[in-house]
Amino acid sequence: MAKRVGIEVSIAIAEAVKLADADVIPAYPITPQTHIVEHLSELVANGELDAEFIPVESEHAAMSACCGASAAGARTFTSSSSQGLSLMSEILYIPSTMRLPIVMVVANRALSAPISIWNDHQDIMVQRDIGWIQTFAENGQEAVDLTLHAFRVAEDRKVSLPMIVNIDGFTLSHVIEPIEIPDQEEVDKFLPPFKPRYKLDPRKPISMGPVGVPEVYTEAKVALDNALKASKRVVLKAWDEFAEIFGRKYNPVETYRTEDAEVLLVTMGSISETAMTAVDAMRDSGQKVGLVRIRLWRPFPSVEFRKAAGKAKVLAVIDRCLPPGAVCGPVGEELRSLFYKVPGAPKIFSFVAGLGGRDVTVERFEEIVDKAKAYAKRRPKELYEVIGVREK
Amino acid sequence: MIPELEKFKGFSAKNLPKEEPLAPGHRACQGCGEVLALRMVMKALGKNVIVCNSTGCMEIITSPYPQSAWRVPWIHIAFENSASVASGVESALKVMRRKGKFPKKHVDIMAVGGDGATGDIGLQWISGAMERGHDFLYVCLDNEAYMNTGVQRSGCTPYGAMTTTSPPGSQSFGQVTWKKNVPAIMVAHNIPYVATASPAYYLDLMNKIKKAALVKGPAYVHIYSPCPTGWGSPGEKSIEYARLAVETKIFPLYEVIEGRYILSRKISKPKPVEEYLKGQKRFKHLSQEHIDYIQKRVDAEYERIVRLSQMG
Ligand SMILES: Cc1ncc(C[n+]2csc(CCOP(=O)(O)OP(=O)(O)O)c2C)c(N)n1
Ligand code: SF4
Ligand SMILES: [Mg+2]
Repeated sequence: MAKRVGIEVSIAIAEAVKLADADVIPAYPITPQTHIVEHLSELVANGELDAEFIPVESEHAAMSACCGASAAGARTFTSSSSQGLSLMSEILYIPSTMRLPIVMVVANRALSAPISIWNDHQDIMVQRDIGWIQTFAENGQEAVDLTLHAFRVAEDRKVSLPMIVNIDGFTLSHVIEPIEIPDQEEVDKFLPPFKPRYKLDPRKPISMGPVGVPEVYTEAKVALDNALKASKRVVLKAWDEFAEIFGRKYNPVETYRTEDAEVLLVTMGSISETAMTAVDAMRDSGQKVGLVRIRLWRPFPSVEFRKAAGKAKVLAVIDRCLPPGAVCGPVGEELRSLFYKVPGAPKIFSFVAGLGGRDVTVERFEEIVDKAKAYAKRRPKELYEVIGVREK
Repeated sequence: MIPELEKFKGFSAKNLPKEEPLAPGHRACQGCGEVLALRMVMKALGKNVIVCNSTGCMEIITSPYPQSAWRVPWIHIAFENSASVASGVESALKVMRRKGKFPKKHVDIMAVGGDGATGDIGLQWISGAMERGHDFLYVCLDNEAYMNTGVQRSGCTPYGAMTTTSPPGSQSFGQVTWKKNVPAIMVAHNIPYVATASPAYYLDLMNKIKKAALVKGPAYVHIYSPCPTGWGSPGEKSIEYARLAVETKIFPLYEVIEGRYILSRKISKPKPVEEYLKGQKRFKHLSQEHIDYIQKRVDAEYERIVRLSQMG
């Protein structure tokens, strides 16, 4: 039977990677991802996980080694954050088009300057278009479950795409939570061995990563786009199977008290827990407020999101990323496009909050809802608003 | 002596492999010395190898989809990182063998890149892979500039050479720096095998590649690779220039086995560097003063290698 234990989320993620029996783990340390890779190297050193831990000299090398290992047919895992993820950036676009199912946990953190080790989503949002499947975890249990889910989905032959599980730095990575660590037997039932369709093998030589002349480049990119969109079916199916085996059900979009709601908060990641508390408080005071949380970020679950939004009149979208000079935050932008000219579409207001470790409190959520309501009556001057900026 | 090399049997003109793991019909320029060297490398390695290729001329001319000149498993990810890609491949095979997912039989792993990929942009990646001790060989095909992007200077471009980013002008005489000694940087990593080679000495080249593949742990071979397009030299003279570079002591051939330098070819009657420099457009603008300086420094650098080889 699976055990429920009090455990640091990073350690639990490493244990999930062990349960997945990863083969190769090239990794480079960066706060707040360090505990994940430290624990993995410990598991390898103790012989508890039979894997090659490659202590590479940079994140760029980590992702490069991941590509080589995955292309050779190994189950491959890495983890990074912030500046490290940015250093990988050049390579991140490559395994998606080359269909190498690497799994990466990103402990989300702000980007320099000023240097900040604290949590927001700017590091991953600048990597939005790398063509990886991406999920966001809300709590420790989810971080563990989504990590196992990622191997299952990424390596499915119908998918063959790399996958990122986003966990909030510190607020998730460094907290101790009660987490059910799955049984090996159950994991083995859920996660079959990795059997790639193509790999580097002298017995059957193939060329991987050739030049894309103009006659084929578009097709290569369209093939990736199609594969990423088609992966949703497998993402959902794997969650169904996960529920059958482990008893925990996940959906691409979760709702909280959305029935009859007029205003919906939209969040991703761990602030959703505070958002639920805020919803409860606002419901108690008679406001028709609910919450929609996006778990599957790429491919974007358009149908599911529209359904989740239901008949709400107002969406208050919270972005943990401030793209300078843009019309609004990336999640806000996404949803505005999604509902563009849809009959009966809700009014969408974009808020930026929780940058570089700034807490988003219950009061902040209440402020956001109040503002969204007011804007619904009287259009705001700006297309987005940064919440909680200090005057002095 | 390295045990893997104790019973080393080299190639001879009589037992050259017939196999061509790198197929003809690729898109290199006429007389390309780099692809010729690569062909020799692949003949020496045979088909039991996985190749990780950096972006550059060789990658471009061998892989315009849907064509590929590679008859062995080949992967290209990016410009600077072929050594890291090879680290991943090597680690993958190692663990998959342990877990019974890959045959026990040894497979060679080669990372290959140009002088730019090796000595400039990829130096850190190679250093990391060498320091970690992966069992692979790294081959640098040195044509002394970034040829793929149109002949820009690299750290391996020789003193005085004209490139598109080291043009001679009223304030400059071309490349103002001396060629970076990349093999010495590799030696500093305490890896078991480092060598320099030239396609003009094809048996020597192939034997060095074979040794580099046999040695356990990282090995590095730096191959001089004339590029008629970038050098402004006649295509039919690539091998001649490759030989002249050795005969003038400009590019000494040696091995460094477990830190010990061994001269592969002692040049007792060196030709003047001028013989090598003339006929290449990239050196056409040089004054006698520059040529004299080059001669002096080439002699001194060669003496340094000789002294190292005498240290035993
Ligand atoms: C990160 C990055 N920077 C620059 C380039 C452009 N680029 C491609 S190949 C190349 C030069 C290759 O030079 P070298 O390694 O000497 O190989 P050669 O083409 O001369 O054989 C450059 C600058 C690139 N592809 N990637
Ligand atoms: S530019 Fe030089 S190295 Fe590149 S293919 Fe042509 S001759 Fe060979
Ligand atoms: Mg070059």
